[in-house]
Amino acid sequence: MLIADAGRFALQAIISHRLRSFLTLLGIAVGIAAVILLTSIGEGVHQFVLKEFTQFGTNVIGVSPGKVKTGGQPPTGIPTTARLLTMEDAESLKQLPHVTGSTPTVWGNSEVENNGRLRRTTIYGVDADFVRVFSAKVQIGSFLPREGAGDSRAFVVLGSKLRKELFGTENPLGARVRIGGLHFRVIGVLAPKGQFLGIDLDDTAYIPAARALELYNREGLMEIQVLYTEGTSSATVASAVKQRLALRHGHEDFTITTQEDMLKTLSNILNILTMAVGALGGISLLVGSVGIVTIMTISVTERTNEIGLLVALGARQRTILGLFLSESVILAVLGGVLGLLLGIGLAQFLHLLMPNFPVHTPWSFALIAVVVSGVIGLLAGVLPAISASRLDPIDALRAE
Amino acid sequence: MSDERLISPDISPLTSSLISLGGINRTFYLGDSQVHALRDVNLTITSGEYIAVMGPSGSGKSTLLNLLGLLDRPDEGSYKLEGRDVTTLDADELAAVRSERIGFIFQSFHLVPRLTAAANIELPLVLSGFPKADRAKRVSQALQEYGLTDRAHHRPNELSGGQRQRVAIARATILRPAVLLADEPTGNLDRSTGEEVVKLLEKLNAQGMTLIVVTHDQALGARARRQIRMEDGGVVSDIVSAK
Repeated sequence: MLIADAGRFALQAIISHRLRSFLTLLGIAVGIAAVILLTSIGEGVHQFVLKEFTQFGTNVIGVSPGKVKTGGQPPTGIPTTARLLTMEDAESLKQLPHVTGSTPTVWGNSEVENNGRLRRTTIYGVDADFVRVFSAKVQIGSFLPREGAGDSRAFVVLGSKLRKELFGTENPLGARVRIGGLHFRVIGVLAPKGQFLGIDLDDTAYIPAARALELYNREGLMEIQVLYTEGTSSATVASAVKQRLALRHGHEDFTITTQEDMLKTLSNILNILTMAVGALGGISLLVGSVGIVTIMTISVTERTNEIGLLVALGARQRTILGLFLSESVILAVLGGVLGLLLGIGLAQFLHLLMPNFPVHTPWSFALIAVVVSGVIGLLAGVLPAISASRLDPIDALRAE
Repeated sequence: MSDERLISPDISPLTSSLISLGGINRTFYLGDSQVHALRDVNLTITSGEYIAVMGPSGSGKSTLLNLLGLLDRPDEGSYKLEGRDVTTLDADELAAVRSERIGFIFQSFHLVPRLTAAANIELPLVLSGFPKADRAKRVSQALQEYGLTDRAHHRPNELSGGQRQRVAIARATILRPAVLLADEPTGNLDRSTGEEVVKLLEKLNAQGMTLIVVTHDQALGARARRQIRMEDGGVVSDIVSAK
């Protein structure tokens, strides 16, 4: 029997029971739609979160003081010998090949005051490279100037929200504000950056790192962020940074985290989440496939006579097996395609209703959905098809 | 297997023995009881014969027909079809022989209800993988021969009993089989349509197709040149009338 003929024969059998076939394939369709919808949401959230994280650029390496390692218990009473990260360390990292900038970071929480208006907010101690490392944009004025660590002047750059709260529509440039106990002159305002993981990036003030150390009475930096040229492998830069700092400190008493590692870990977590919600949808797919098994079993019983006839007309066992298998595969794939359209439609509908809600259906999912439904059809059809092909033709012809 | 056909001694094109059964036994087990459906049946059928197999129900005539049609295997004995021992063939080979050499006609027609008359007739061609263009020609020819051209696109439930049986006969003969096995072909038809169908079968027999009819109907049986009467699984009489 030619494959095209077998397909047509199976299709005719499906069409002859329109309602029943439709309801059966609806079971698969609902399952596939559920998987598509849930994984689309999962994938959308995945992309959304990654975008949030990569808005600062992906080619960034963070250095923080202290080596994370597990060893024996340190002797009590003796202070740790880890050296602090200093402004000089940050300065020295700027000289490394491929490195295009590095900013020391110190942060804390202080009251900022202007003309009697007071606001408690996050203060970042950084340097001139900050705007490049964190892809920030200056709205008015300028960012902190490039200065030596020893003689940084008391300048402050405000986040857009802080500026609004303190100055309203007034021009803040040149004004003096009080942060903690120190006075700073406003030289710029950053463009709005929005929220990131619940933190308002615009409700901040940026001051020179040296001043921040003074303000918070710290000896060492909290972190150094290193920016390197796009396309360079993060491992190369990381090892260069490690070598340089190890040389300066005598041994490795710091920890390097590349943005790439972080994103990879995050991406893995999000993938697992997507898979988990996909698996939830898979349960309804399982129910749908049980529907196919049921309907195919009924179909074989109903068509016992026909099977006997086909054997009498010279059909091989394999042919009969193939006919019933193709019937269940066609049924499942039709259901899969319907479910795919349904799932994508629902996802787009959701997107239309809530434009901020991240929904994304990758094409690979669509392809996988159709292939999976085909495999389900094959598996669901196996038992009924085998029982059809093993019928005794004499009994089958006699059955009423 | 085909070698056997060549060296088989008693093959001559005209009076060849088409079917030869020797010492056939077939026993069924229904629960604890044993039913001896066929006892030591010996039968030789030559090409072009017109045979009626008669007997009360349970006499084994249907079992004989199933066996001749290769739907069943004997427990014992030999069955040679066109000189070839078919008892040793495997399932696929049997399917091929059924497809090419044997045509079945059933009391209840056994048409596929969702297929049109034309598609039902086409079924054997489809199953043996004939290319589509070839099939269309053969089917339209068969429809014409059996006077079904204007019913070609009707489904079985839109056809009369006589038309249904004609579709079934067209289907059984589309691959020009050597033997036509008919199990009560007029059982579900009224007298006049039954007569029509029998005439059709007899016409096919006149064209050289071997016709074996199993029937209860004495009148139908009497029309055959050779009448085999069965009782209790054995052949009790085998008369060739002088017509």
